Amino acid sequence: MKVFQSAILIAVVGILYSVNYLLEDMVNPYVIRVIVNCGIGMILAMSLNLVNGCAGQFSLGHAGFMAVGAYTSATLTTVLALSPFFKTDVGVGCAIVTGGVAAALAGYLVGLPSLRLKGDYLAIVTLGFGEIIRIIFLNIEDVGGARGLPGIPPRANFFWVYLWVVITFMALLRLLRSSYGRAILSVRENEIAAESMGVDISKYKIVAFVVSSFFAGIAGGLFAHFQSFIDPNSFVFNKSVEAVIMVVMGGMGSLSGAIFGGIIVTLLPELLRVFEQYRMVIFPLILIILMLVRPMGLFGHKEIWELFKKKASS
Amino acid sequence: MLQAFLQNIINGLAQGSVYALVALGYTMVYGVLQFINFAHSDIFMLGAFSGYYLAKWLSPAIQNPMLLMVSIILGSMAFCVAVGLTVERIAYRPLRGAPRLNVLITAIGVSLFLENLGQIIFGADPQVFPALIPTRSLLEGDGLVLNNIQLTVVLVSLILMGVLHWIVRHTKLGIAMRAVSFDIEVANLMGIPTDTIIIFTFTIGSSLAGAASILYGLSYPKIEPLLGMMIGLKAFVAAVFGGIGSILGAAVGGIVLGLAESFTVYYISSTFRDAIAFGILILILLFRPAGLFGTFRREKV
Amino acid sequence: MTGSESTFGVSTHKGILMALDEVNKAGGVKGKKIQLKNYDDQGQASEAVTIVTKLITQDKVSLLLGEVASSRSIAAGAVAQQYKVPMVSPSSTNPKVTQVGDYIFRVCFIDPFQGSVMARFAINNLKLKKAAVFRDIKADYSVGLANFFVDEYKKMGGEVVADVSYASGDMDFKSQLTSIKGKNPDVLFVPGYYTEVGLVARQARELGLKAVLLGGDGWDSEKLTEIGGDAVVGGYFSNHYSHEDQSPVVQNFVAQFKARYGEVPSGLAAQGYDAAMVAVDAMKRASELSPKAFREALAQTKNFQGVTGMITINEERNAVKPAVVLKVVGPQKFSYVTTINP
Repeated sequence: MKVFQSAILIAVVGILYSVNYLLEDMVNPYVIRVIVNCGIGMILAMSLNLVNGCAGQFSLGHAGFMAVGAYTSATLTTVLALSPFFKTDVGVGCAIVTGGVAAALAGYLVGLPSLRLKGDYLAIVTLGFGEIIRIIFLNIEDVGGARGLPGIPPRANFFWVYLWVVITFMALLRLLRSSYGRAILSVRENEIAAESMGVDISKYKIVAFVVSSFFAGIAGGLFAHFQSFIDPNSFVFNKSVEAVIMVVMGGMGSLSGAIFGGIIVTLLPELLRVFEQYRMVIFPLILIILMLVRPMGLFGHKEIWELFKKKASS
Repeated sequence: MLQAFLQNIINGLAQGSVYALVALGYTMVYGVLQFINFAHSDIFMLGAFSGYYLAKWLSPAIQNPMLLMVSIILGSMAFCVAVGLTVERIAYRPLRGAPRLNVLITAIGVSLFLENLGQIIFGADPQVFPALIPTRSLLEGDGLVLNNIQLTVVLVSLILMGVLHWIVRHTKLGIAMRAVSFDIEVANLMGIPTDTIIIFTFTIGSSLAGAASILYGLSYPKIEPLLGMMIGLKAFVAAVFGGIGSILGAAVGGIVLGLAESFTVYYISSTFRDAIAFGILILILLFRPAGLFGTFRREKV
Repeated sequence: MTGSESTFGVSTHKGILMALDEVNKAGGVKGKKIQLKNYDDQGQASEAVTIVTKLITQDKVSLLLGEVASSRSIAAGAVAQQYKVPMVSPSSTNPKVTQVGDYIFRVCFIDPFQGSVMARFAINNLKLKKAAVFRDIKADYSVGLANFFVDEYKKMGGEVVADVSYASGDMDFKSQLTSIKGKNPDVLFVPGYYTEVGLVARQARELGLKAVLLGGDGWDSEKLTEIGGDAVVGGYFSNHYSHEDQSPVVQNFVAQFKARYGEVPSGLAAQGYDAAMVAVDAMKRASELSPKAFREALAQTKNFQGVTGMITINEERNAVKPAVVLKVVGPQKFSYVTTINP
């Protein structure tokens, strides 16, 4: 089994690497940009899905965690840049992981109040945290303040971003299928019942927050090293809302749904550039209509392949 | 020193009364339906814009400034009520009994929709709210400044809150509202027309937002489609601080927040102004989740 | 155009459109008409990056005009530099913008100059030596201007008694202003955007703060006096041009702009116009119609008579040109006071 899995992993890396090679050679850079942005969107959506979809909590501050990841990694590679190592692919990779860890720490801090709060209150508190994080970066002159931080080594390309998409997907899938995952789902279904069955709900809420923030931080780090420029304006409340829309659209609690949502929400505005003015009117409308007509999101709690399975058997 | 201290109290009170009026809208809807009506802040914004247009159309027709101001306030309150009820009917009512998360997401959706629609209709560029009453200084002399607008804002807020308090405490409708807020299903069984009561709640909340928006426009004559966002959040913090569902709490919460901001900016630093509100919120939720005047209800199985 | 600084984008766009129509009517460049592709980045740097990539690689533009704000210009400039397509920014005044690379130009002066202009004006012309600074912490532009103002002001023997901040979007500035009032400054430098400056001025006067108000080109909008009312009257700000300038270039431009849009062109419209004209001038002088040739020609721009003054591009690819100081004299009326040379 182990051998099989590592073989798959190597195959995936190989495929991604060659696709990357082909893309850079044959496809318009603008199209590549959009594809990579989709990948970052997917990671963001999958990570938020763990908190909002699986654990049944409601976070509105995902952009804040993304900001922590982006700024931490960019500080390592650009502001401090202790050695030329941090300009290489591996160095940037390490910086991005560090950014993820920093975001996870922030997630731990935000997760703490979630033990006592739920629903609307939690939404407001996470929103508040997201804003506070942004205000803090705005006030640190060393990372550019309001001007932003330019000149970040643009190392995150198709290959790295999609490698992380695969890693995020596999990690979250395994987490959800483990006992941890079951416990997280039980928190969503009924906190009181879960608690009386002996599930330590505080612990699992925190786990969900920390893991989710870690991957949001990764998404932030990739974003920074793909755009090669970040400013506090990149992580405003609307970004958090976009992440929520991705999750809601794809289905609360569905990993593949989140991927789908990540793609749609990133792609739609590009396709609708003619109506770009109306994009932020169309998105909320979709959200409202979804809630009225199909509150579970397009795929509900199910994964896409489960939908097909059901069709095949019936 | 003392002078600056008093000045900060005046500034904080004027700002806090606007927060308090908006906070009342949140607290009432939350009290009855247990969800944050995110769209409330945008109804506030629409109120300000309707006041702006009303002033444009009415000022040639009505010469008396007092009459003009009253008709603009009433007109904008009516407009806000219309929007509030439409939102309730289209977006919230179909979701009654749905999981709270869905209602919350819908509320956020409505809020964003109104905000961005506002950007398209009114343009992102700020408009200038007309000076309906000329600013006059009431306290001349050595430095301490209080003008007629600040006084109007505080007085009108106090009157409106008094009226509201009377409605909720001493009228049949108020009693029904409290019953619905206590337990919507039982109230329904007792023969209270819950839908009517909820409509009534939205009416009051939205009309207060309308009034607040005009007061706001008078004190800060710059209105833009996104103006509701920050005020809405802060008003919500005020509502939670005072104890959500409590009218007195919202009033006190608003004023405390106004004062707190004013003093922190003066004595500590202005950079973290917006962080103060959230800081207060987080602290209060951690140590006294029910707020100052609220009662905490444990969730039952 | 959306986002908080949308008026700037709209004004600039008007200027650019007018310039290009003029050129195309006159036969275009080397017999070819100039085509304009325009996208809105909604004030988001990441959007700006995507759009510039699209413009260069899909729409195949050979020259970029934009962005208005410095942070977006820095972000977008990196892409332009990567693909070696010249970019001319009409109004990004942060020094870092053109440091991105040798394909990035601008037709405006830079923040250090603008900040020092007002410091020099306060001391030399107004003879006021006690200043307070009230900066917008959310706007890099405002922070930059404030820093350079403080440096120059102190160097010239002035005293900065208070240096406090606000954040764009704030409505209430009374607490900060109360603390400034306690320090009793002669001038109050508010290098922010007109949206907040109007309110700041109003509240400052309400609190009885009598200092002379000074500012930068962010004040330049007819909305300034609408929001600020009488409170901003008597204030001074630095700008790129004055529409009262009697030179034929300016008068011709103002007349045409009024005829076309029915309004007096703001400084940004003039800069948009100049950016387009400088670009066209370079295209005409270029040895061939390629981005590289355009870049060479742009770098050699010398004594180009623009609406906003003589434009010479220096080695840092910045425009060297004078600034004017305007005084707010009444509703939507800014009168010319003086010109300050670099």
